[in-house]
Amino acid sequence: MQDRTSVIVAGGCAVALVLIGSLFYPKFLSPTYLLQQLQIASFLGIVALGAMAVILLGHIDLSVPWTFTAAAIASTTVAGMGSEAWWGILAVPSGLVVGLLIGLLNGLGVAYLRLPSMIWTLGMNAVVLGICVLFTGGFNPQGLASPTMRFFAIEDSFGIIPNAVFLWAAVALAAGILLRRTAFGRYVYAIGNRERATYLSGVKTNRVLIGCFMIAGLCSAIAGMLLAGYANQAYQAMGEPYLLPGIAAVVLGGTSILGGRGTVLGTVVGVILISLIGSMLSVMQMPEAGRQIIYGLVIISMLLLYGRSQKAAA
Amino acid sequence: MADLGLYFRQNLRPWVAFAVLATLFVVFIAMHPRGLSVFVMTTWSNQGVALAFAAVGQMVVVVTGGLDLSIGAIMAITNSLASVVVNGSPLEVAFGVVLVILAGAACGLVNGLVVVYGRIQPIVATLASGAVFTGIALLIRPIPGGDIDEGLSDALTYEVFGTLPASLLFLLAVVIAIWWPYRRSIMGRAIYGIGSSADAAYMSGLNVGAAKISAYVLAGVFAAFGGLFLSLQTLSGDATIGFSYTLNSIAAVVIGGVALSGGSGLVFGAIVGAFVLRTISAMMFFSGLPPLAQPLIEGLVLLVAVSFGALRLIRTRNRLQILG
Repeated sequence: MQDRTSVIVAGGCAVALVLIGSLFYPKFLSPTYLLQQLQIASFLGIVALGAMAVILLGHIDLSVPWTFTAAAIASTTVAGMGSEAWWGILAVPSGLVVGLLIGLLNGLGVAYLRLPSMIWTLGMNAVVLGICVLFTGGFNPQGLASPTMRFFAIEDSFGIIPNAVFLWAAVALAAGILLRRTAFGRYVYAIGNRERATYLSGVKTNRVLIGCFMIAGLCSAIAGMLLAGYANQAYQAMGEPYLLPGIAAVVLGGTSILGGRGTVLGTVVGVILISLIGSMLSVMQMPEAGRQIIYGLVIISMLLLYGRSQKAAA
Repeated sequence: MADLGLYFRQNLRPWVAFAVLATLFVVFIAMHPRGLSVFVMTTWSNQGVALAFAAVGQMVVVVTGGLDLSIGAIMAITNSLASVVVNGSPLEVAFGVVLVILAGAACGLVNGLVVVYGRIQPIVATLASGAVFTGIALLIRPIPGGDIDEGLSDALTYEVFGTLPASLLFLLAVVIAIWWPYRRSIMGRAIYGIGSSADAAYMSGLNVGAAKISAYVLAGVFAAFGGLFLSLQTLSGDATIGFSYTLNSIAAVVIGGVALSGGSGLVFGAIVGAFVLRTISAMMFFSGLPPLAQPLIEGLVLLVAVSFGALRLIRTRNRLQILG
């Protein structure tokens, strides 16, 4: 019930935002503008889906920024190795491997060492940053996006719909099926509610934890390569602006930060809302200070509307 | 003697962290070309004090079972404010300092009210309020700059009696003056009770809401001292310093043996954790390692430092104890 409320409120706000904006800038209602918004939102959208998989467990992944960057650096470097076609073909898989590997290490630390995810993934982020700096020499890495990356990042299908939107939709669909239609998905929600009970029910909870962190790493990597395809290069710290907005989008979409409750649809709507706010403010040429303030106030007021925890559990 | 043994058993992790810090410090001094001197001590202390204030503030909130992701933003806001008001005549400087601390307290109060009465999870509430604080800091100081009273800066960033770093004494004086009485008050006990079990604390008649709010206010005050000290160090204000301090303050409290699940932790541990982090960074500078390898080594050391938390698994008799 609460899941539905948050989707309706957040979705309603997004629609209202577009309608009010269109009073001042009529082009807001044009399909081109709206599709362009979705294309820009797709980076954050994919990051948020991964973040959600981990948040549903009651954990958090703070290694998003440099997993994102590392995958982008890996894939563009491989694509720039030579002019033979197979370097381009290897680019995306190498980025995905980087994401999965970081996710695996994150998961191992949280599951087997039982370290708080907040601090373990923070440490992993620092290590991956160190590896990226060492590898690139601190400069913007050489290399370029492979044809596959550019296909998903900048090209359109059917003449108008950006491929990035299809990719985001595909990831969202896969996440939805995984969370709602498989045993694994059930375990994720169960662990988010109470890991001890799930473990006593015979579920190998450590494997589920590792699986979710790997999904998060994979999503960060996909988004990183998508942005690298969009910019036709990787650059240092390109993932930094996606960590906190990603978490904010997940929470605005009705997912409990304590885990165990939340929907994919909510996360998608949360991302759309967050990126619409950002794009409206930049159209209004709002200075950075005002943007930050409005952004924070919107999150607080939305959560006051529907994100309040039960009184007893406060 | 029995009491002392019990004390060490109960507070093992902060003292392990202290042993680590002592070792790191000895290595650092051995590496340092100028060896152990008042100058080296003062520089070392100055590098750690701002983060130590942030870590103490973070610890107070973590003890209640919460988390303050706006610590860095409060430092940014107070740092920016200090570069506007902490200058002029001695009276104006004193007034400015009070204003800066009150601003920090006000930010903390907002956090506390949103968490307690808004019933929003602390991580999310402070994530959002942090964005607001950063925005306000940018309004106060859009580009780095401003003016800080140099007399106050000199007084707090050099040494006193020619031997002791003033910044370290400043840190200890502020922490003792604020934390000591608070820890001994009912509020101070209540935050530990809430961190262990909010329901039990409520049933015992403690004012859970007021105690939580007091913890966030205190965090704001300590963050304000951190922001103030940073402005004294750099003689300017900068609205963009925040985020790294937030993350480092969390790392510092964990290294200092404060449980992120709440209910336990010493201020001593938080300060030690902050200085461990800063000593590692300082060591990197003199280590002779290639500069490009330093971030990686720093990251690995952080990862290893937090891995010590896994040692508790060895003492666990039942798997269920470690599952949430």
